[in-house]
Amino acid sequence: MIKFTDVTKDYGKAGAALQNVSFHVRKGEFAFLTGHSGAGKSTALKLTYLADRPTGGEVRVSGYSTDRVAAREVPMLRRRLGIVFQDFRLLEDRTAEENVAFALEVTGARRSTIGPKVMRVLAQVGLAAKAQQYPGELSGGEQQRVAIARALVNDPVVLLADEPTGNLDERATRGVFQLLRDINASGTAVLMATHDLDLVKSLPGAHHVELQHGKVVYDSSDGLGEDA
Amino acid sequence: MRLVLRETFLAFRRAPLLSALSVTTIAFSLFVFGLFGLVAVNIRNTIGTLAERVEVVAYLRRGTPIEAITLASSDIEAFPEVASVEHVSEEQALARARAELHEFQDIFQDVEANPLPASFEIRLRPEHRNAETAEVVASRLRSFPFVEDVRYGRDWVEKLDRLRAIAGMVGFVVGAAFLLVSVIIIGTTIRMTVLQRSREIAIMRLVGATDRFIRLPFLLEGLLKGMLGGGAALGLAYGVYMLVGTYLGFRAEFFTSEQALAGVVAGGLIGLFSSSASVDRHLRNV
Repeated sequence: MIKFTDVTKDYGKAGAALQNVSFHVRKGEFAFLTGHSGAGKSTALKLTYLADRPTGGEVRVSGYSTDRVAAREVPMLRRRLGIVFQDFRLLEDRTAEENVAFALEVTGARRSTIGPKVMRVLAQVGLAAKAQQYPGELSGGEQQRVAIARALVNDPVVLLADEPTGNLDERATRGVFQLLRDINASGTAVLMATHDLDLVKSLPGAHHVELQHGKVVYDSSDGLGEDA
Repeated sequence: MRLVLRETFLAFRRAPLLSALSVTTIAFSLFVFGLFGLVAVNIRNTIGTLAERVEVVAYLRRGTPIEAITLASSDIEAFPEVASVEHVSEEQALARARAELHEFQDIFQDVEANPLPASFEIRLRPEHRNAETAEVVASRLRSFPFVEDVRYGRDWVEKLDRLRAIAGMVGFVVGAAFLLVSVIIIGTTIRMTVLQRSREIAIMRLVGATDRFIRLPFLLEGLLKGMLGGGAALGLAYGVYMLVGTYLGFRAEFFTSEQALAGVVAGGLIGLFSSSASVDRHLRNV
């Protein structure tokens, strides 16, 4: 599903964000990517959705390899991923429904299929009643739910979440986290970058990869960190 | 396509102030260029009117047989540079002199023998109304045995040529400068639109929009803004033209409808290419 093999990302003067990182997120898995700020979590996610390419090693995502994928294939890969950010990244001048529909429209989906699909995912995230509201009229937790709905609407094989609860209060955090677990339970792999270790502890069976200074120091899958 | 159209119009609706501002900026920069164009068109027309007076006159020897004249007339008419040939007989020349030259009316009234020669008055085609061609035609006419003399106002035609060359050069340089400034202003305006929507572009990319999909609404927006700006510029130019006509009593000519249409289309194309350049640059850098 997602496989990092000896991945290095060197930003030149700014230094290496990742050094010889290897881990594997399998189909249907719930995986945490933890570490302090600057440990390389966001860089790892960026490489996963190909906003950036590694300077060494290979990232494989759902059959695409950073060694071979052409720039024009990147949008096709992104349609198979759902991406959620700490700052939601919603279009402020579109309603919740339009924000979600947008992700389908850009793929050239048939108009007749868009409406029902959008309403289905909005219902899934518990926001069917607020479909016509603008992001500014929604709470942080609700905005993140809209972002998750947008990420889900293309039936992704994996949901990437970069600190999805970072801007939320405790209650909203629990709600969003439960939503991610539900999504995972229905078969979608989730790779969630977070520094909230309480969330990790609350899901003991999950795959956990910890980064420090750009290196893997713990991987629950093999029981060994890369440095060990 | 419907989606592209919707996105384009949404862009106008969501940022009405910025859209209005960019159309206004485009309108004013094209308006300045249009005013210059109007001046250029009028100078060209005036020079064209002056050039209509370029005429080569071949004076014929007395007693040239009419058959020779008829034959020569059709020969001359067949010259590629020649638009028309008019044969003026000795009698017609005298009649004309009597009618037109009032100061000498008495002299012409009293003459017994007509002193005026017959002539061919030759008009050149518009693109050949210059000293060089006039001289070529004149020397060809001189080779006819019955042609006594050929005149075409060499000094005057040469001055006209120089005027035309200067007007053309100044027009080209100043026009190119105005156009360049317009393109830069329009390009900057449209770049602002792209930057204003950079967040939206980033989100579009995240959800898997292709660059083509992202570009199309911007291109259409640029085209529309350019055409709207071009239309507004044309309206402004017409207003100024009417004001000048009314208050300065100066009868100038306005653009022909083809020129006006070309102006609006050019506005659209400038908008389109500026948008294309701005979006492409943006997409390359993010």
